[in-house]
Amino acid sequence: MFLVHTPLSNMAACTSRVREMMGLLRILRHFPQNERLLSTSILRHAAASDGPPKFTPPTKPVIIDKTQKEASLRRFLSPEFIPPRQRTNPVKFSVERKDMIQRRKVLNIPEFYVGSILAVAMTDPHVNGNLNRFVGICIQRSGKGLGATFILRNVVDGQGVEICYELYNPRMRKIEVLKLEKRLDDNLMYLRDALPEYSSFNFDMQPVHYEITGDVPVSPLKVKMKPKPWSKRWERPKFNIKGIRFDLCLTLEMMEHAQKWAEPWRPYDMLKEYDTFSLEEQIFKEVQGKSQNVNSP
Amino acid sequence: MALSLSGVILPKLIQQRAFSVSSAVAAVQKLTRVRVVDNSALGNAHHHRPPKVIHVYTKNGIGKVGDRVLLAIKGQKKKALIVGHKMPGARMTPRFDSNNVVLIEENGNPTGTRIKAPIPTHLRKMEGEYSKLLAIAQRFV
Repeated sequence: MFLVHTPLSNMAACTSRVREMMGLLRILRHFPQNERLLSTSILRHAAASDGPPKFTPPTKPVIIDKTQKEASLRRFLSPEFIPPRQRTNPVKFSVERKDMIQRRKVLNIPEFYVGSILAVAMTDPHVNGNLNRFVGICIQRSGKGLGATFILRNVVDGQGVEICYELYNPRMRKIEVLKLEKRLDDNLMYLRDALPEYSSFNFDMQPVHYEITGDVPVSPLKVKMKPKPWSKRWERPKFNIKGIRFDLCLTLEMMEHAQKWAEPWRPYDMLKEYDTFSLEEQIFKEVQGKSQNVNSP
Repeated sequence: MALSLSGVILPKLIQQRAFSVSSAVAAVQKLTRVRVVDNSALGNAHHHRPPKVIHVYTKNGIGKVGDRVLLAIKGQKKKALIVGHKMPGARMTPRFDSNNVVLIEENGNPTGTRIKAPIPTHLRKMEGEYSKLLAIAQRFV
């Protein structure tokens, strides 16, 4: 709601108008949503009522943009930063973290999850242009610290190929995320026993645009499997797989038989608890702080 | 999606393999069934038994990429070179979903004229011995 300033032609008219405006102002103050656009120049008009009032320009409205909050930007801490719960000296982890942050200043390691499609270029002396490029879906991320690895899988000329890359290997030249997404599980090893169409990705695939705010899209894809036997008994509750179409390949009896290996006490096992919330906060601040130090002069 | 299979005998839909398949234990060794990936006549001829390794030419009996082996195909002995196996190897090297092999002569020349399957690039360091084999390879991974 904008307040229109009346032309100050008539003195008497002006003062009566001013009184009206004052009344309006008092009413308006009770509605806080118009605070930003409220100009207080009317008050000054009322104060300098004797003689021609000096023209004072209205105060600029203060616009507070509350649509883009800092909290909406996705906070991502790579899982290899979180140290495992071991009896090793924490100095080892902090020194390793320093090295990891140093490497990240040189090579940009983007945010990715298991189920994302990546393109990786690494130095290879046995290739013509020294660069060996591979595109694949990330099926596993393992290892902590500098030895962190991820496995990319693709079907090339009808042959399934998996390459286990080390994130902090000096031979890594470029890691590019072609499609950022998550799947229903955080370990897609069952793709080895799934139909090859679920693991084949074109090497010339173009990067798909993804948002830096909000949640990562989770693909609800459920995969069709090759006939049994599989490399592992994926139907067993130990693997807790949600991304396979079991109804197409297993009977109800087989599913119930698999439940025999269920360990219902596992979620209540207190010795397996590892709360990393406070650790993550502290490490996130450390990683952010060190990476910002580069930009500051 | 409703299961429309209730009341119907399912075994036909769920095909089971007749032999047991265990996970890769030690790459390629004696009696491993291998897959010949070149376009040689001997490798692609259909036989009622898959080609099997009967000897591995290494100090231990374990064959990795780049090792020579002796195969039994179609009732005859033939030498071959391993170009990929199911067992995970060195960190930045590829791992294949099948044990791949290329048929070879005594002097190291390949029997076939083309290799369609992908070959690991670290095989290139055997440039001197298997240069002809690397020349006929179409794709490197």
